[in-house]
Amino acid sequence: MIREIDVKEITRQIRDMCIEVNYSLSEDMACAMKEAADKERGPLGKKVLQQLKENLEIAKEEQIPICQDTGMAVIFLEIGQDVHFIGGDLGQAVDEGVRQGYAEGYLRKSVVGDPLLRENTKDNTPAVLHTSIVPGDRVKITVAPKGFGSENMSRIAMLKPAQGVEGVKQVILDTVREAGPNACPPLAVGVGIGGTFEKAALLSKQALTRPVGEPAKDAHIRALEEEMLEKVNALGIGPGGLGGNVTALAVHINAYATHIAGLPVAVNLCCHVNRHVKRVL
Amino acid sequence: MEYRITAPLDKDTAGKLRAGDYVWISGTIYTARDAAHKRMQEALDRGERLPVDWKDNIIYYMGPSPAREGRVIGSAGPTTSSRMDPYTPRLLDMGLCGMIGKGKRSPEVLDAIVRNGAVYFAAVGGAGALLSRQIKKAEVVAYGDLGTEAIRKLEVEDFPVIVVIDKEGNDLYKNNGKG
Repeated sequence: MIREIDVKEITRQIRDMCIEVNYSLSEDMACAMKEAADKERGPLGKKVLQQLKENLEIAKEEQIPICQDTGMAVIFLEIGQDVHFIGGDLGQAVDEGVRQGYAEGYLRKSVVGDPLLRENTKDNTPAVLHTSIVPGDRVKITVAPKGFGSENMSRIAMLKPAQGVEGVKQVILDTVREAGPNACPPLAVGVGIGGTFEKAALLSKQALTRPVGEPAKDAHIRALEEEMLEKVNALGIGPGGLGGNVTALAVHINAYATHIAGLPVAVNLCCHVNRHVKRVL
Repeated sequence: MEYRITAPLDKDTAGKLRAGDYVWISGTIYTARDAAHKRMQEALDRGERLPVDWKDNIIYYMGPSPAREGRVIGSAGPTTSSRMDPYTPRLLDMGLCGMIGKGKRSPEVLDAIVRNGAVYFAAVGGAGALLSRQIKKAEVVAYGDLGTEAIRKLEVEDFPVIVVIDKEGNDLYKNNGKG
């Protein structure tokens, strides 16, 4: 059976999700921030986490964005193959949702229309839209606005297979170390291993949308996540980069098949305002 | 040490601050970020005057989210300072006395801070809602067409920052991340 969905519903959902996600952190992130405050031992690190806690309370109470960088809207649509969209162009409907959300939610317009000419589009469009076709008749929407303090410090490396897991660990640690205070720690670290050049980058972005603290399914990847969280925190960068033992809230790793000749590794850093919200239609 | 200081800043006050000091700033500061810095650089290259005389002033690297009705400003936390590094030594040599942002600076900026007896502060990145409460007035004074990137004059009260680079060349971030 074909299920019809009006694209206006997509617009409405995305508008609401853009607003919601910029005013309050999802439950998993809120929890991770609380745990961080308990774990942190550095005096300046503690102070930063206290300010960030107050910041979250003020944002929610006064309906003011958690961070002024309300991000470029990254949107994932997992579309059931039995869905038929009606009522207009799906891509335009997504951008319309972003446009309405960023206007009505008093969110910052941070997008320039051409990367070289750099004129602000003044409505935060276009979004970065990733679609995939899946079995079923549902549509899963993920809205994950991305701030660029951390995006700018993200990296991709095309390793040789001989570099193996040790090479992967080195890339993750080097990326976090080099980012230091710039990416607004405590971080969520999204890692994509395998695939091709662009697949690795996409995997790392998707890893950031996983609920914080939910481990990977494969045992060896899960073990690597735990080891890397410990190693990243041992760097001593700490909250705000001012020293401490909580540099990251989580390391999430997504892996995929790759070529016999390659070992791509992408590390997508996200600040403590790791915004992600999902809804299913 | 902890200090309450007033902006604009004099060199004596800037000179006594040391990396790691906690400082609350009250008075007048100005925002400018990427696009405003680029435009100022171009104006200077053409031999034109800048819209703000930077002598003794503090620049806050910040582009706010829009203010709701009845509010002074939206969310207003610091952006990454290093993107302004290529433009900064020139402004420091013109008398700019302090900068508020987040993250590392280039060796050239550090040298210019030392040379001019200036100071670099960090505010907590991602605390834009909290920091907006310390901003009592905001007014666009130049480059209004740049939207969030316009130069704004802000009146702040007890705006909380920490000294990262002082005039002795100490850098608070330097020893973090070595583990």
